[in-house]
Amino acid sequence: MELRKSYFADQRKDDLHEIGQPRPRSDSPGHVTGKTAYFADRNFPAMLHLKMVRSPHHHARIRSIDISEAEMHPGVVKILTAKDVPHNVYTILILIQIGPEDETVLADGKVRWKGEAVVAVLAETERAAHEAAAKVKVDYEVLPAVFDMEEALKPGAPVVNEYHGRNYYLYDSGECRKVRFGDVEAGFAGADHVLEQTYQSSPIEHAPTETTGCIVAPEGNDRFTCYTNTQAMFFTLDNASIILQMPGNRLHFVGGTVGGGFGGKVDVIVEPIAILGAKLTGRPVSFIYSREEEMQISSPRAAEKVVIKDGVMKDGRIVARKVTGYTDAGAYSRHSPYGAQKGAGHYPGPYTIPNVWIDTYCVYTNRTPSSAMRGFGVTIGDFALEVQMDKLARLIGMDPLEFRFINAYRDGDMKAHRQPTEGAALIECMQEASRAANWPVAEKFMAMSSYAKGA
Amino acid sequence: MAIRRGRGVAAINYPTGMNLGGDPTQALVHSTPTGNFMVTLSSVDLGQGMKQIMAQICAETIGVPTDRVVVDTADTDTGPHCMGTFASRGTHRAGNAVIQAAREARQVMLEVAAEELEVNASDLETDGQGNILVKGAPQRSISIFDVALSAHFKRGRSISGRGMFLIPRSYPEKETGAMKPSTCYAHACTVAEVEVDDETGEVTVLTVKNVFEIGRALNPKMVEQQLVGGSWMGISHALYETTEPYYPDRDHGGTDFNQYLMPGPGDLAQTEIIVLERPSADGPFGAKGPGEMCANPQIPAVANAVFDAVGVRIDTLPITPERILRALKAQASN
Repeated sequence: MELRKSYFADQRKDDLHEIGQPRPRSDSPGHVTGKTAYFADRNFPAMLHLKMVRSPHHHARIRSIDISEAEMHPGVVKILTAKDVPHNVYTILILIQIGPEDETVLADGKVRWKGEAVVAVLAETERAAHEAAAKVKVDYEVLPAVFDMEEALKPGAPVVNEYHGRNYYLYDSGECRKVRFGDVEAGFAGADHVLEQTYQSSPIEHAPTETTGCIVAPEGNDRFTCYTNTQAMFFTLDNASIILQMPGNRLHFVGGTVGGGFGGKVDVIVEPIAILGAKLTGRPVSFIYSREEEMQISSPRAAEKVVIKDGVMKDGRIVARKVTGYTDAGAYSRHSPYGAQKGAGHYPGPYTIPNVWIDTYCVYTNRTPSSAMRGFGVTIGDFALEVQMDKLARLIGMDPLEFRFINAYRDGDMKAHRQPTEGAALIECMQEASRAANWPVAEKFMAMSSYAKGA
Repeated sequence: MAIRRGRGVAAINYPTGMNLGGDPTQALVHSTPTGNFMVTLSSVDLGQGMKQIMAQICAETIGVPTDRVVVDTADTDTGPHCMGTFASRGTHRAGNAVIQAAREARQVMLEVAAEELEVNASDLETDGQGNILVKGAPQRSISIFDVALSAHFKRGRSISGRGMFLIPRSYPEKETGAMKPSTCYAHACTVAEVEVDDETGEVTVLTVKNVFEIGRALNPKMVEQQLVGGSWMGISHALYETTEPYYPDRDHGGTDFNQYLMPGPGDLAQTEIIVLERPSADGPFGAKGPGEMCANPQIPAVANAVFDAVGVRIDTLPITPERILRALKAQASN
């Protein structure tokens, strides 16, 4: 890695002592010698293991649940169903007033995705919990499922989630988050070329080294300590408090070094049910995802579809951009309404375009609920935007890098969401990339500046 | 049939912190009798090294070496509130809270030192080595160890401080979408070079040259680990990963690392990282959040390089050999 201090030298004082120094990480020796303690390194006497009975269907009504045989299995201590969860229907972003509550801790009457948690089995050993889970009998009536976002948005499509009543999230702005800036149709009408393209992605796993999990220990005084690898301590505690209808002062969350997050550990999935198990049995409870659960049960990055329509002039100026983004939330909201909205705030990318129209939809389908992941709401949008930029440049016969200089945002430029640009640095990144990659551009672009007047 | 070479570019920006704000983080700082400082947080270190960075931020602000600072975090009984470690917010939000707390603690420390040295606190400065000196007369000095002892056992003072950072929440306007998604943005430009085998559809990423603008590299070695890892993750997203290979078909999802493809060491490109620093107005020492944005530009850069190599557009991620071969076949039949 190289620090190129010649850029922005007038924007910065290099007079610091501890900051800017490549100090060795104080936690590195522990990591590389195996001494660092993770949540799962704790082992309590009489600890129980929790395993979930999961839906084998993408969409089904639950006619009945029979736990009688599972309860008789040697080593089983407690079996939990929906009726045991004090506030079973929840949504995590209720903490920032983004509702409605739309998800069940344990399925109640219906399952909406293959893998959904239905019954929790607590047993003396992992093996006993696994074996007993296989003896839980759930009678399902399979319902039509919908997997394709376009199909889900058509009239008459099966309704994925009754708490929404429609297969998209209803924002205060309507069926999507909207950004309107200038007159996009006039922009297309006056453009030399108009190009509309569709981009698509598939769900992605966070693939952390350490799978999602927690261990809960009763403190003996009606308090419960939850050792967890959540990325957000109080966010998880507060949601657990709502789900369990338990005052927050009864809950003590202890985290520590996490073996990789990438956004995969902000969903509040394992903690509430493990705390409930500890409360009802009076014993420590461990609930740790297997690798299979981490990959197919825990939320992936959403699949997205992005439609971009651009009006561009022969001289390289983009004069209009319309973006329609679709985020596949799966069966429940989790963080997806936030992610889709974040996309609306990100488009049309780091370019100054006078006419912009943005609609971002959060769509429900019968698949594993998606949620946050590194680059949430932006990564797939950037893929779409930057491939589109390459196509536009080639369409008008211009060098793709020079084309970006022409449109790059600079300090003071008004963004589509009506914030003036501050602290821009795209131009300088491209100038350095031009040098580093030996990709020459015209001298006038190398003389540009994100902030200096007249440059 | 041949191996074809191409290159592609992508340029991006990325917001720092929870979208639309409203995501507070608090910090507490206090000294022990030995003159070491404790930073107390409830923020989570995901392995990216948050504790180390918070120690350096506290040390810089108080004016002591980093190894005099200990960070205690991720305990809801002891640590003040933090919204969490996500949205590239850890360093920016918690760092600002630590600076505010450390400034308050530093002020008490200087007041105690001033009493011991019989000067005004405003006439004192730290040497960064654990001592407090009279400005212009460095022979008059006191060690921070002695100041801490004085505060605890003689003066009855608590060398401590409280810190809080909150960007007020922005609510998007319904019709126009007017909003403030973030207060600062990191930037990147990536150039990727690939080889594509037009017989097998296999892509080899030869080089990835990344330029990242991140406000301030608080610890350059740790910036490097995050940016290199992110760059590899970007390649992995572009070419390998998905839990649903035939999305929206729900079948064929991988359940372990034998089935869920990721690049191994031999699949990684020669990676170059160049860092620019344009300090942000509200970042701790100007820092922005580079954690997420560093994994984004490689994806379109690789996609554009594949087109440059073989002349087909793969607009669906991941860019698998199967998709490339189908596109080449379609191109040949047209």
